[in-house]
Amino acid sequence: MSPLQTLFPNIDWAEILQACFDTLLMLGGSLLFTLVIGLPLGVWLFLTARGQLHAKPKLYGVLSLVVNVLRSIPFIILMILLIPLTKAITGVSIGIRGAIVPLVIGAAPFFARLVETALREVDRGVIEASQAMGATTKQIVTRVLLPEARPGLVAATTVTAVALVGYTAMGGIVGAGGLGALAYQYGYNGYKPDYMLVTVALLVVLVQLLQMLGDWLVARYSRK
Amino acid sequence: MDASPIQATPTPVIRFEAASKSYQVNGALVPALQPVDLAIQKGEVFGIIGHSGAGKSTLLRMINLLERPTGGKVLVDGQDVTHADGAALRRLRAGIGMIFQHFNLLSSRTVADNVAFPLRLQGGMAETDIAARVAELLALVGLDAHANKYPAQLSGGQKQRVGIARALASKPSILLCDEATSALDPQTTASVLELLADINRRLGLTIVLITHEMDVIRRVCDRVAVLDAGQVVELGSVADVFLHPRHPTTRRFVAEADHREGRGPEYAGVPGKLYRLSFRGETTYSPMLSRVVRDTGVEYNLLSGRVDRIKDEPYGQLTLAMHGERLDEALAQLRAAGVDIEEVAP
Repeated sequence: MSPLQTLFPNIDWAEILQACFDTLLMLGGSLLFTLVIGLPLGVWLFLTARGQLHAKPKLYGVLSLVVNVLRSIPFIILMILLIPLTKAITGVSIGIRGAIVPLVIGAAPFFARLVETALREVDRGVIEASQAMGATTKQIVTRVLLPEARPGLVAATTVTAVALVGYTAMGGIVGAGGLGALAYQYGYNGYKPDYMLVTVALLVVLVQLLQMLGDWLVARYSRK
Repeated sequence: MDASPIQATPTPVIRFEAASKSYQVNGALVPALQPVDLAIQKGEVFGIIGHSGAGKSTLLRMINLLERPTGGKVLVDGQDVTHADGAALRRLRAGIGMIFQHFNLLSSRTVADNVAFPLRLQGGMAETDIAARVAELLALVGLDAHANKYPAQLSGGQKQRVGIARALASKPSILLCDEATSALDPQTTASVLELLADINRRLGLTIVLITHEMDVIRRVCDRVAVLDAGQVVELGSVADVFLHPRHPTTRRFVAEADHREGRGPEYAGVPGKLYRLSFRGETTYSPMLSRVVRDTGVEYNLLSGRVDRIKDEPYGQLTLAMHGERLDEALAQLRAAGVDIEEVAP
């Protein structure tokens, strides 16, 4: 018996590898769609807020409410509520593809809020200066707001990615697969503490790596 | 003051016609600026001085419509721009440079990219032409060596120079300065004001600046409007306003510039009558006071005074206590020599 087998007698390493792969796939896929939906939503929230470039307090109120409602539903319940929608979009209600829909719907409003906050950190004077130079709103968003807020946006992405790791693990409970599923099925339900230990350790490593990458990018883009 | 060709043929580039601004605050209309009538001439450096909340920032921002008037009209180059919108508004703004108290540079871009920013916004200019224009502008403001630095690596004065280069990039005919030197130390202020005066001379650019410091007005402006509680309370050539302030607010600003604010009546008990003598131009450097004193035998006591420049024109202002039998004659001789005399209360 090899030392690995002695320490973790129950573990099928091929299965662990597959689970890692599944988790990364869910994370990558859901993060991508979260950014694609959440970034414009965050910009929209920012622009329509009172006193901003396109202040529309009523529209802002509605957007803000929707975002808050989605953020306040516990993810595990959101997943179950969204099963019909998931089926309609992906054709399946479980598995990796099935998990991505609720993951995005859970994370995009969260990310949008972080984007809004990051954009509010941009110096108003810089926006005014751009207006004085004759910039259009689109130019202000793409050439001023987003580049100026880049460190904040990278930090927001990191926080969202870490939150998504947690959500994917929860997704495991309803059969989404990945490390969370292993921890729950074998580690918790199957009384195999070595599975629990290894999967949790791998999740910790993943979160650490994401955070380190995020911090490195923030430092790289900070000019203040 | 010599009549410059600019004043001989006045062509207003900016005109306010009863332009006013009010804000809606909790349902009530709060006036920020009473109707203002003002014409700013081509090529002049026009100063607007006022305390914070006097409405000077609003008045300045009406020129490029960062603030839209709620009443009256604003004309730029003879065109009514009050309701300019969309492309017309962006064109107007592109023709008006603006610099700010806190510089408002893009922190994520280098000095060169900040200066190139307005050119890229407007589009239609080749990158090689942009690079050439940026190099030219950075040379003009003396920052050639800093093109690849980020704003955070520069001093306040250097940041404002980048701001000036950026504002000049699209060759505007008007430059608006929003408290451009208020965040700078006195020495840097002097060098930035010198640069503005130089740009005004060399490019014939019309400059409108707002400030709360009379010294800034004195150093660079040709004319000044004094704003108090949303109203223009005094308007005229800087020399006139500076040497003979009429409105209490103006007097306070001038007193601040002379560092004699709040000193109160300090000459009680000084023998003789008190006079304020103002000299301008060449008179400033002629020994006329000593000549008159010698001729008439009056005695004087110098209480306070200042000899300096208003923009490029030398001036002097002395407060004297004078007495003697031939006092009237002495005053008449001084007046004849071009000295302006006011009697002041002790």
